Amino acid sequence: MIEQKIVEPEYLFFQADREEVFITGSEALKEAIKRANVDMAISYPITPQSESMHLVGDLYVEGYVREYFRGENEFAVMSAVAGASMGGVRVFTATGGPGTLRAFEIFPAWAGARVPVVCAFMTRGVNSPLSIQPDTIEMAFMLHTGIVMFHAETAQDLYDMLLKAFVIAEKPDVHIPVGVFADGFFVTHTREKVKIDPAEIKLPPYNPYSSPVPVMDMENVPVRHMRDPFVMKSNFISYAAHASWQQEILAAAERARKHIHKYLGGLVETENEEAEILIIASGTAVSQSREAIALACQEGLNAGLVKIKSIRPFPEEEIRKLTQKAKAVIVPEFNRVGWLCKEIKSVVEDNTKVVGGPRVFGGMTMPPHLILAEIRRCSQ
Amino acid sequence: MNRKISIRMSGLGGQGVVTAAHILGVATTLEGLVSTVNPFFGAEKRLAPAESYVRISSSQIDERGEVLYPNIIMIFHPHVITLGKCYTMPFFDGLQPEGILIINSEQPLDLSKEDLTKLGQLNARLFYLPATQIATQVAETELSTNIAMLGGLVGVTRLVSVEAIRESLAERFGGRKFLASATTAALDDVLKSKFAQVTQLVDRNMEVVHKASEAVQEYFIKKKEAGSLCMLR
Repeated sequence: MIEQKIVEPEYLFFQADREEVFITGSEALKEAIKRANVDMAISYPITPQSESMHLVGDLYVEGYVREYFRGENEFAVMSAVAGASMGGVRVFTATGGPGTLRAFEIFPAWAGARVPVVCAFMTRGVNSPLSIQPDTIEMAFMLHTGIVMFHAETAQDLYDMLLKAFVIAEKPDVHIPVGVFADGFFVTHTREKVKIDPAEIKLPPYNPYSSPVPVMDMENVPVRHMRDPFVMKSNFISYAAHASWQQEILAAAERARKHIHKYLGGLVETENEEAEILIIASGTAVSQSREAIALACQEGLNAGLVKIKSIRPFPEEEIRKLTQKAKAVIVPEFNRVGWLCKEIKSVVEDNTKVVGGPRVFGGMTMPPHLILAEIRRCSQ
Repeated sequence: MNRKISIRMSGLGGQGVVTAAHILGVATTLEGLVSTVNPFFGAEKRLAPAESYVRISSSQIDERGEVLYPNIIMIFHPHVITLGKCYTMPFFDGLQPEGILIINSEQPLDLSKEDLTKLGQLNARLFYLPATQIATQVAETELSTNIAMLGGLVGVTRLVSVEAIRESLAERFGGRKFLASATTAALDDVLKSKFAQVTQLVDRNMEVVHKASEAVQEYFIKKKEAGSLCMLR
C-alpha cells in the first residue's frame, strides 16, 4: 500500500491546497477514491460506468485500494459489497442504468442492514429500446430504497460528493448507504477543470465501532433477519419490530440533513432566488438551466435557479419556502416520468404553478432553448 | 474571445474523433481558455458513427452534452455524409450562421442541391481537406487522420496555436496517465509502435498539422445556383 497521510475530513474538504486539473468525470471519481481510504472495491462493468471502476482497479494496482475484484454480475457485486461492509471495512462500487436495476433488490437490503456503503450511479437509459446514453430514470426507482441520494452536476461535484459521502454514511447517527448519482457521459465522459486535493492525503479509516448496530452478530438484527426473519412470525411483536426498524432507517436519513449542511453547504444551492420564475433542477439539468437563464437574461427576462444536491433526504422545507413567492416553477428533467417534478409538487403549497418539463429522455441532450421557451411562456 | 465556440466532430469509430477533441481541448486550456470536451457514441466498434464535442470560451461553460448548435463542424469521413453515419441528419443540422464546415475528402462531395441551398442561406463556409491522404503520406499511417483534421482547423480558424497543439500532443502520447477505453488504448499502441520514440511521433504529427493547415481549401457556394461549386483558391 502507498503511504498517505491521514487528515481530518474537514481539512481535506475545505483547507487543503487544491490543484486544478483537466480531467473527465470518471477520472474525478478515481481521484476521489484515491483519497478516500477505501479498503475494498468490487466492480462489474456497464457503460457509462466501466471507465470509473476500471480506474479504481488501477488504484488497486497502484496500492491505493486494499482489495479489488470483479463480481459475476451487479446483483453479486452489491451482495458482496454488503458482506464486506458488514465485515467492518470501507467499501466502494459503482454501476448505472440496467446495472442498477439488475442489482435492485440489494439497495433496500443495504439500507435495512445499516451498511454505510458508498455507491456511484452513472445514470443511463434502461432498456428497452436499448440506449447507453444518459437518462435519470433509474433515480425514480431508487427514491424509496432508504439510501441517501446525492446528484452531481459536474465532475467537481462528483469528486466532492463521493468523498463527503463516506463521511456522512459512516456517522453513527446515520450509518446507511449513500448513492452519488452522476449523469452518464454528460459528467462521466466530459473533460473539464476539477480542483483536487494533494494525492498524499486521505480520509481517516472507517471505524466499524461507529456502527449503531452490532457487526455480524448472529443474535441481533440485521443478521438475525437472515437466520430468523420476522416474516416467519405472525404476531404483533414481529410486526412492530419490522415497522419500527423501517422508520428508524427513514429517521437515519433525516439525521443526515445536519451533516449534509455541514459538508455540502446545504441540500440546495440557489441563485437569484427572489425571481418570479424559478427553475428547480438536479444533475446536469442544472447546467442546461444555467445556460437558459443566461440566454433569458439577454432578452431581459429574469429567472432564478434552485439546484437540488440531495434528493434523499429531500429538501422539503427549503423548496416550500423558496417557492412561496414565485409565480412559476419550471422543472427540467432528463427522464420521461418527471420524478423530480412529482417530488416538488408534493411540497409546493400552490402546486398548480409547477411546470412539469421540459423533459428529454433516451439519451437526448436537452437544448437550453427548450427551457428558455418555458421561461418566455411563464413571463407572459 | 468573448463568445463561446462550439465544435462538433463527426466521424467513424477508430478514426480518433474523441482523441482529436481531447488534444484540442487540452491545447485550448494550455492557452488559458476554458474548454469542455465530451464524446458521444453507441456500440463501441470501428466504423460505427462516433462524435465528439469541444466547447471553447473565455468564461465558464455551463451547457453540457451534445453540441446542438455548432459554429464549426468537422467531418472526419465522407461516409458520415454519403452513408448517413451520423447522429444528426443532415450532417450540418444546427450549424450556426457563418458556420464553418471542414470535410475530410480528396474531392468535393456530391452534396444535394437542397443541402447546398441551406448552407448558402446560412452563409456557411465549406472547406475540403484530404486529411487521410496527408496522414498516410506524411505520418505513414491513416491513424493520423484526426491530427490532419486539427491541422485543417488551425489553417482555417487560428482558434488555437500550433505550439499549443504540439504541447497537447506530447502530453497525450508522452506517457502521462490518462483515461482511454480498451479499443482506444489498443489504437494508441498501434500508433506508438509506428514510431521509435514519442518525440518522433510528435514531430511527424506536427508535420501533418502543418501540411494539413496549408492543404485545406475553401469551396464557394454560389447562393443563386447552389449545386455548382466554384473553387476559391
